[in-house]
Amino acid sequence: MRRTLARIAHEIVEGNPDGAIALVGIHRRGAILARRLHALTGELLEDAVPLGFADISFYRDDLAIRASAPVVHATQLDFQIDGPPARTIVVVDDVLYTGRTVRAAIDEVFDYGRPARVQLAVLVDRGHRELPIRPDYVGKNLPTSQDQRVNVHVKEIDGSDEVTIGPANRPRRAAA
Amino acid sequence: MFSPQRRGAHLLIRSAHVLDPRSGLDERRDILIRDGRIAELGPAGGLPAPGDVELMDGSGKHAFPGFVDPHVHLRTPGQEYKEDIQSGTAAAAAGGFCAVIAMPNTDPVVDDAAILGSLVERARADARVPVGFLASITRGLRGEELTEMAALADLGALGFTDDGKPVRSAGMLRKALAYQRLAGGVISLHEEDPELSGDGAMHEGAVSARLGIAGIPSVSESTMISRDAALAAYENARVHIQHVSAAESVIALEQAKSAGVAVSAEATPHHLTLTEDVVRTLDSRFKMNPPLRREADRRALVDALRRGVIDCVATDHAPHARHEKEVPFEEAAMGTTGLETAFAALYTELVLPGELDLEVVVERMSAGAALYGLPTPRIAPGEPADLALIDLSATVEVGAAGYVSRSENCCFHGRSLHGRVLVTLAGGAVAFREPALVEAELAR
Amino acid sequence: MSIPRHLISIDDLDRAGIERILDRAESFAEVSGREIKKVPALRGRTVVNLFYEASTRTSSSFELAAKRLSADVVSIRSVGSSVDKGESLKDTVQTLSAYDPAALVIRSPHAGAAQLIVAWTSAAVINAGDGKHEHPTQALLDVFTLRRRLGALDGTNIWIVGDVLHSRVARSNILALSRMGATVTVCGPPTLIPRDIEALGCESTSTLDRLAEADVVYALRMQQERMRESFVPSLREYAVRYQIDVSHLRSGQLLMHPGPVNRGVELSAAAIDSPQALIGEQVKAGVVVRMAVLYELLAGTPVMAVAA
Repeated sequence: MRRTLARIAHEIVEGNPDGAIALVGIHRRGAILARRLHALTGELLEDAVPLGFADISFYRDDLAIRASAPVVHATQLDFQIDGPPARTIVVVDDVLYTGRTVRAAIDEVFDYGRPARVQLAVLVDRGHRELPIRPDYVGKNLPTSQDQRVNVHVKEIDGSDEVTIGPANRPRRAAA
Repeated sequence: MFSPQRRGAHLLIRSAHVLDPRSGLDERRDILIRDGRIAELGPAGGLPAPGDVELMDGSGKHAFPGFVDPHVHLRTPGQEYKEDIQSGTAAAAAGGFCAVIAMPNTDPVVDDAAILGSLVERARADARVPVGFLASITRGLRGEELTEMAALADLGALGFTDDGKPVRSAGMLRKALAYQRLAGGVISLHEEDPELSGDGAMHEGAVSARLGIAGIPSVSESTMISRDAALAAYENARVHIQHVSAAESVIALEQAKSAGVAVSAEATPHHLTLTEDVVRTLDSRFKMNPPLRREADRRALVDALRRGVIDCVATDHAPHARHEKEVPFEEAAMGTTGLETAFAALYTELVLPGELDLEVVVERMSAGAALYGLPTPRIAPGEPADLALIDLSATVEVGAAGYVSRSENCCFHGRSLHGRVLVTLAGGAVAFREPALVEAELAR
Repeated sequence: MSIPRHLISIDDLDRAGIERILDRAESFAEVSGREIKKVPALRGRTVVNLFYEASTRTSSSFELAAKRLSADVVSIRSVGSSVDKGESLKDTVQTLSAYDPAALVIRSPHAGAAQLIVAWTSAAVINAGDGKHEHPTQALLDVFTLRRRLGALDGTNIWIVGDVLHSRVARSNILALSRMGATVTVCGPPTLIPRDIEALGCESTSTLDRLAEADVVYALRMQQERMRESFVPSLREYAVRYQIDVSHLRSGQLLMHPGPVNRGVELSAAAIDSPQALIGEQVKAGVVVRMAVLYELLAGTPVMAVAA
């Protein structure tokens, strides 16, 4: 995983020659990955890169049909989304699946201001998009079937860094 | 007592378990009724069946002397949307009652001869069981002027009460008690000190503390009982204390009785079986005056009924329309119906668990008659047929099939009670037959 | 299940349920700090406020809470409405079902009103105050305010001072604070402390002598009417015996009040303005706690509810 993230960090910097970026990680594991990317991009750039975290619970499209209200973490977006300076907001998540989570994250970011540009970095793209969302930076493409589940483990939460594929242990949730 | 002239029943009830504590009867018998009178009590299954007599199978059932309710609200005149003489007496018959006494807090109040006269006419036309009437003590229940008690008594009023309200003024009550020596009749008293009860809607205690609802303390009732018993003693009067609800009131009654005051008392099935805990649900079926009180009060009432300190059971049957009860508790009308469920509630909640003997309940359910100078129902040869045939083992789910009463505000709604009334004879005529029984009869 | 369908009484929530709502309120505190203080969580849902009692504070708090969750809000105040013209509570509630509300927030001068209407609507019912019985969202915002200041409330000693007899805020708070592990003592004139109040799980006293034992002093509003009804001979006598002044408060003690305050009656002006008073924080807590209640009750239920 370390090498993959390092490559992504390089790609982000290459994709934004002026270095005017900000990283926004989607809770929970996207936030962890964003923090790591923040350190990696920091090594490559001179100016400080703002880091933020978004909890998308209040922006989900499935609140009305879930069995219960989702667990909520804290959103922290302490920098100016609009700028100045005008920045590319790079949204970071662990797994890209239907695209609904990213849609919610983009809506939330827009509630804070009008970004100049938004890009998407994900560790794993497992296909089965339900919305017209595409990643700009991908760690690995992992074709899966819908009865499978992709688990990203990170040291900070799960004790190890690894990606596993297993059977879906419950009906597919509407957002991933 | 007033009711339409009806043909006396011709009936042979076979093998019913007859329980009449006053006659000392507690065994299976055949009961032959002719022309509305008990002609003969024979050995179970032993009496020959005359051809012109209806045959009824009483095996497995109990026959009790008809119940008498000295405290019902028939809401006539003026409030017939809640109940009227016909529907109220039909409800009484469905509960095994052979006679009821109606309270005068109607609209207009029964405070003059003309109103009482027209009520008597209506009872003669519509009543399913004989009805007696009380007139009010004061005009319009205002507590300011005495009614023409003598004239009302001449027209048949069995006594006087301002029930619904207390007689606030000791001076006014004293005059009424003195006047009783001329007019006769019983003076029945709703005991409550409005200065203490205020706008209370339930018992003042742990539950009212929890609910934030103003409470009516027990002393509101007991202090007035003591006051009125003292006045009755002073004027050598005969008083009856209505719907006793508190342990303190039982003590006041005992003191009055042992001092020789001519005082009698009644308690309702709901006060004998329910406590303030049911009010936690804020279901307005449990809102009545006096309110349901603590378990200690309930037990004191049961004990007093057993010992005769409380002389009889009275339902205080108080029908109210749905829109008067389907409002927040504090706004709801006070009262519960009780005629259809009285015996079953007492049997299920007191006799079956062993708190009270069946004989005591049966006796107290008709003891109200004598208190008002009415003949006590008896199951004995020569007596008018006033009896109830009840299946103690059958259960009724209260309210499941609706109510005979026009109103549905029954505090026992939804409960499963033992003791299904099958047939009621009142004044010698069949006043009630259980619907399923009718179908079975037709099928035969 | 920690979160019930309706919020009628604090009894509807166990400790886990209370904590969950408070945690959610923290999330909404963050939202309220943004420039756009809105999230789309309840978009397309309708919240109806049915207020039979005058109240600007609670009603505007609920309105704002619903709007910040992007819900549509309909507020009905009894004055000037069909309610005033004698329409029964049942008819009003059943008529409101035409709006297919997701939530019905009701404030009534009568105990049990919220409980009663549950049977007449398919909406989630929230009790915004029913007579002198309960005011669960007030208790929740009070616990939220205290938790922010003190952390866990286990072992905290809280005194509720004043007219407990007529206070739904007191009843809900006694239950909520006890459930969160605090010890509660009520204090006031004997005529204004309900008989058997200890059955709710608190102690009672009629003097301020041991007030120093308290970590938190919660003062209740003392109304003019109580004097007219002879519960106290005069507000002056009440103030002499029970008014909380700065001199009563030792350092470290916190002071709370549900508002609006009668300056000079239950609290001195100095006490209200002292840094130990949390009154302003309580007011701010109102919107975020009510957002949390609406969110927790409504998120995760079907949008088109089947009629009850």
